[in-house]
Amino acid sequence: MHLALATLLGGGGAPVHDGPIAAGLKNFSNWLTEPTRYSVASILAVVGILYFRKFFAQVWVITAFFALSTAYFVFAFQDPNFNAIITKPDNVPIVILFATVIFFSWLALRRAVINDERTKRGEPTLEGELAKQKVFTWPDLVYTELICLILFTAGMVVWSILITAPIEEPAATARTPNPSKAPWYFLGLQELLVYFDPWLAGVLLPSFIIVGLCAIPYLDLNPKGNGYYTFEERPFAIAFFWVGFLLFWVSFVILGTFLRGPNWSFFGPFEFWDLHKLEPMVNVDLSTYFWVELMDKPRPDNPFVREAPGIVALIGYFLVLPPLFGKTVMKKLVEEMGMVRFNVFMHLFLWFVLIPVKMGLRWTVDLKYFIGMPEYFFNV
Amino acid sequence: MTKLFTYIRESQIWKSIFRHGYPDTPRNRTLAVLSNVFLHLHPVKVRRSGIRLSYTWCMGGLTFFLFLILTLTGLLLMFYYRPTADKAYEDIFALREHVPIGVMREMHRWGAHLMVISVWLHMYRVFLTGSYKPPREFNWNVGVILLVLTLLLSFTGYLLPWDQLAVWAITVGTNMARATPFLGHEGPGAALVSFGGIDFIHAGDDVRFGLLAGRFVGEGALLRFYVLHCVGFPLIAATLMAVHFWRVRKDGGISGPL
Ligand code: HEM
Repeated sequence: MHLALATLLGGGGAPVHDGPIAAGLKNFSNWLTEPTRYSVASILAVVGILYFRKFFAQVWVITAFFALSTAYFVFAFQDPNFNAIITKPDNVPIVILFATVIFFSWLALRRAVINDERTKRGEPTLEGELAKQKVFTWPDLVYTELICLILFTAGMVVWSILITAPIEEPAATARTPNPSKAPWYFLGLQELLVYFDPWLAGVLLPSFIIVGLCAIPYLDLNPKGNGYYTFEERPFAIAFFWVGFLLFWVSFVILGTFLRGPNWSFFGPFEFWDLHKLEPMVNVDLSTYFWVELMDKPRPDNPFVREAPGIVALIGYFLVLPPLFGKTVMKKLVEEMGMVRFNVFMHLFLWFVLIPVKMGLRWTVDLKYFIGMPEYFFNV
Repeated sequence: MTKLFTYIRESQIWKSIFRHGYPDTPRNRTLAVLSNVFLHLHPVKVRRSGIRLSYTWCMGGLTFFLFLILTLTGLLLMFYYRPTADKAYEDIFALREHVPIGVMREMHRWGAHLMVISVWLHMYRVFLTGSYKPPREFNWNVGVILLVLTLLLSFTGYLLPWDQLAVWAITVGTNMARATPFLGHEGPGAALVSFGGIDFIHAGDDVRFGLLAGRFVGEGALLRFYVLHCVGFPLIAATLMAVHFWRVRKDGGISGPL
C-alpha cells in the first residue's frame, strides 16, 4: 500500500538523483527545521502574523499557502526519507491536525479582523448582526447537525477502507524500539524532556496546564470579546493562547512526530533516520558556570552551597518578580484583579515563561540546570 | 400513500411515541424539541449566529459524534478482544484475517485520533470567541475535565493492541510518574517520605506501580487499562457530557454578542 502510493507519485524505490534546485530545497528544509531555527521561526511567524493580521486575513493568502504546501508535499513525497515518515498510517492525523489548525486559525483571524473594523466604524460584529435573529432548533440546527454527521461518517468510512490500522510486532519488554515515543498527543511534553527533567516536563508542567486552563475564566476579567471573534479587544489573551496552543503544543507535536528520530535526535524531513547519529552533549550546569568559570574555584561539596546561585536565581524569579511587577508596571492590574488573582496569574505565567527562557539558555549558553541536585532528584 | 401515512400517524402506537404533529408550525417545532429527551438538550430556539459553521466550526458537535462512533465500534471490538497478555495481540491480529471487510478497528483508531484533534479545536474556538467568560466559566471547567478524559481514554486505548508500539508508548508515558514529587520513587522529595530509616516510596509501591499494577507494563497494566478504557472513563465522560450540554443550554445557548 505504502509502496504502491509512493510509486504512483513517482517516489520510493531506487534513490533519485536530485537536480540542484531540488537538492537545494531539501537542504534548506533540513536546515530550517533544526529545533532552534524551527522554534525561533515559529515564534517569528506567530508574532508576524498577528502583527500583519490585515494582510494574512485575506483569502488569497490562505489559498496560496495551501497551494504551495500541496506543491511542496508532492515534491517532498518523491524523497524516500520524507515518504517513509509521512506515509505511516498513524501520522495521517498529524497532517490533518496541521491543516485544520492552520485553516481555523486563519478563519478566526479573518473574522477578528473584519469584526474589529466593523466595531471601529460603529457597526455590529458579524455575529452581532445574526444574533438578533433567533431560529428554531428544529429544523435549522437539527438539519445542520444531520448533514455534518452524514458527510463526516462517509469520510470516516472511506478513510478506514483505504488505510488499514497498523499493528507492529507483538510486545516484547526486552526489545526497546528506538525511538520510543509517547502517543502523539503527548509529544509536546516529550519534547520538553529535552530541556526539563521528567518531574517537571511530565508531572508538574502538565498539571499546571490543566490548572491554568481551569483558571482562565477567573483570571481573564476583560468583559469584552464574549461571543464573537476579535483581536483588538483582547490582544494579550489571544496572543497568549496562540503562543501556548499553536507553538508550545501543536507545533511541538509536529516536531516530535516528524523531526525526532532515534535517541530523540533531530532529523530533517529529508534526512535518513540513522541509528548512530549522535548529538554531542556539552551542557553545563549553572553551578559550574558560577563556581568554576566565574569564581575560578572547584564546586563546593555541599549540594546546597553548590547550587546556591541557582536557588537564589529561582527564588528571585518566583518570589521577587511578582511583588516587584505588582508594585510597579502592573499596579493597575493588581487593582483590577486583587492580590489573589494577581499572584495566581503571575505564578502560572512565570512557569509558562520559564519554558522559552530555559530553551533560549540551552541554545545560547548550553545551560543544563539552574539547580542540579541529582542527589535528591531535584533538577530544574 | 398519503392515506397510509395519515393512518400511521393517527394510530395509537405512533401517538404514544410522538406527542406532537408534524414539526412545521412553531408550536409543533417547539414540542419536537421539548418532548424528546435527546433533542431537548438543545434550546428550543437558537441564535442564528450560534449555528453558523464559521462560528462554532461544529467541533463540539463533532467531538460528541466521534464519541458515539467510538462507543459503537468499541463495543463491537469488545466482542473479539480478550485483555490478557497472551490473547490480546492475537485477537487484534485476527480481526484482519477473520472479519471480512472489517473497518471497525480502523474506524475506532482513526476516530480516536480525530476526537483528540476535534476536542483541541473545540477548546481553541471556545477560547477565541471568549465563550468561557461569564456566565460560562463553569462549563469551560467541565470542558477542561472532558479534555483530560479524552486524552486518558485515548491513552488507555493505546495499550490494548499489545504490540511494540503500544507497550513502549505506554512505558514512555508512565515513566513520567516515577518522577512525581514525593510519590514517585525517582521524584524530588521521595527520600523524605521515610520513617525510622524505612523508605515508604520505592519502585514497588509508588504511583507508577499503582498505575501499572507492577514495575513494568505487564498483564496487570493491560487489565487495568482495559477496564478504565471500556468502562471507567467512558462512563465518567458520558455523564460529564450530559452536564456540559445541559449547561450550554442553561447558560443561554451558544454564546453570542450581548
Ligand atoms: C468530550 C469533549 C467535549 C464535547 C463532546 C463538547 C461538546 C460541546 C458542544 C456540542 C457544544 C456546543 C457548541 C459547539 O459545538 O461549539 C459545546 C460548547 C462549549 N464547550 Fe464543549 N465539548 C467538549 C470539550 C470541551 C472543552 C475541552 C472545553 C474547554 C476547555 C469546552 C468548553 C465549552 C464551552 C465553554 C462551551 C460553550 C460555548 C459557547 O456557548 O459558545 N468543551 N461543547
